[in-house]
Amino acid sequence: MISDVIDNEQVEILLNDVLESHGYDFLEYSHASIKRRIIRLYGLDNFVSFAEFRYTVRTDKQYFKRFLEEITVNVTEMFRDPSFYKSLRNDVLPVLGTYPFIRIWVAGCSTGEEAYSLAIVLKELNLLHKSLIYATDINPSVLEKAKKGMFPLTYLKQYSENYLQSGGLKDFSTYYTANYSLAKFDESLNRKMIFSTHNLASDHSFNEFQLILCRNVLIYFDKELQHKVFNLFDGSIEKLGYLALGSKESLEFWPKAKEYKRIKMEKIWRKL
Amino acid sequence: MAETVGSTTCSALVIGGSAGSLDVLLEIFPVLRNDIHFPIIIVVHRKASNESLLTDLLKSRTTLAVGEAEEKEFLMPGKVFIAPADYHTLIEEDRSISLDYSEKINYSRPSIDVTFQSAAEVFKEKLVCILLSGSNADGVEGLKSVNNYGGKVVIQNPNTAIMPYMPQQAVINVKPHVILDGHDMADYINNLND
Repeated sequence: MISDVIDNEQVEILLNDVLESHGYDFLEYSHASIKRRIIRLYGLDNFVSFAEFRYTVRTDKQYFKRFLEEITVNVTEMFRDPSFYKSLRNDVLPVLGTYPFIRIWVAGCSTGEEAYSLAIVLKELNLLHKSLIYATDINPSVLEKAKKGMFPLTYLKQYSENYLQSGGLKDFSTYYTANYSLAKFDESLNRKMIFSTHNLASDHSFNEFQLILCRNVLIYFDKELQHKVFNLFDGSIEKLGYLALGSKESLEFWPKAKEYKRIKMEKIWRKL
Repeated sequence: MAETVGSTTCSALVIGGSAGSLDVLLEIFPVLRNDIHFPIIIVVHRKASNESLLTDLLKSRTTLAVGEAEEKEFLMPGKVFIAPADYHTLIEEDRSISLDYSEKINYSRPSIDVTFQSAAEVFKEKLVCILLSGSNADGVEGLKSVNNYGGKVVIQNPNTAIMPYMPQQAVINVKPHVILDGHDMADYINNLND
């Protein structure tokens, strides 16, 4: 990847176009990351000039779909950070289990691996029947994949190890059926999921939740946008509800952080 | 005049390594001067599960501050930042750190290329990048960027590397500023301070 084919000014121009023509605001994303994604896509799709790239992004609706999918990071895993899921299983979900009804928001769910992981834990705690998982992402095409609940079989060995380390109780393979190169997850899991587009940079709160999971999404935002999103979450979490972040993310520098209490060593905070 | 002095000064040092690089790092760290006036960023390939092992090891060998790079943290002179396992580490224009969980590059996350490239753009001719022992070709593309932006490319002499492939690929594909034996690295780094 040649790193200097598009300069900072051109990145700015392109992102302004995207906002104007398509209504997606990436101007408050971490610059180095988004620039790298843009240059990567430019190279992947063999553009010969910035002008051509810019024109295509601005005017070609079909191509913009691809642009959106490729400049956002959609890498995810089932039961990523097993100790995090162990804490959800042992510390957080049993508390939520005392409620008559559990509403969870997986913000930035990408292709759905975390939503399915969560559904599995809820099922094993016998709470899935009274839970609803709202899984949202900026990107409609990843949501289509998430709805299907089919993940590449090659990753399942890793997922199964993660699951066991996180305190999983069953044989992981009972949750899916292998179908050629894909593992299709049990439909009882996604019956309790609602998939919808939601843009954390521009959309508002749409409900109140007892748990919000937003992991490895905020690392792509600059500090101002991170704080905006924390405020959005704050307005969407019930009192005594929980907020869960990625392993390198923190509430620490957000002014209202003192109204939240961290749970053990994990990146989980409880609203006081 | 000020500009000539500036162009020879090091504003940041990035060291990348893979298999066999830990030995060199453990040799370098105990003899680093304690008044180093630039940040040092270390990118070493390793398994996702060995979280703090590398940080603890290096911390025990120097009086410099050593910590895992945290997202949005600012690079500070005289501090050592370890790229966390399973994330790419990028440097922003304002000299803060961004972490990124995107696809592996050269089967690696952290990828040395990613950090070299983003640091090259920010520090330009005031960047020094060192590539150590390793058994894949990560780092080579990054060193090309460092060259393009006028930074200094330092490669471990493949003959002194436990795994020569990575420095070998770099020597073949990139014009190095200097090729050094593993045990000459510490002196070289200490002299960057002058």
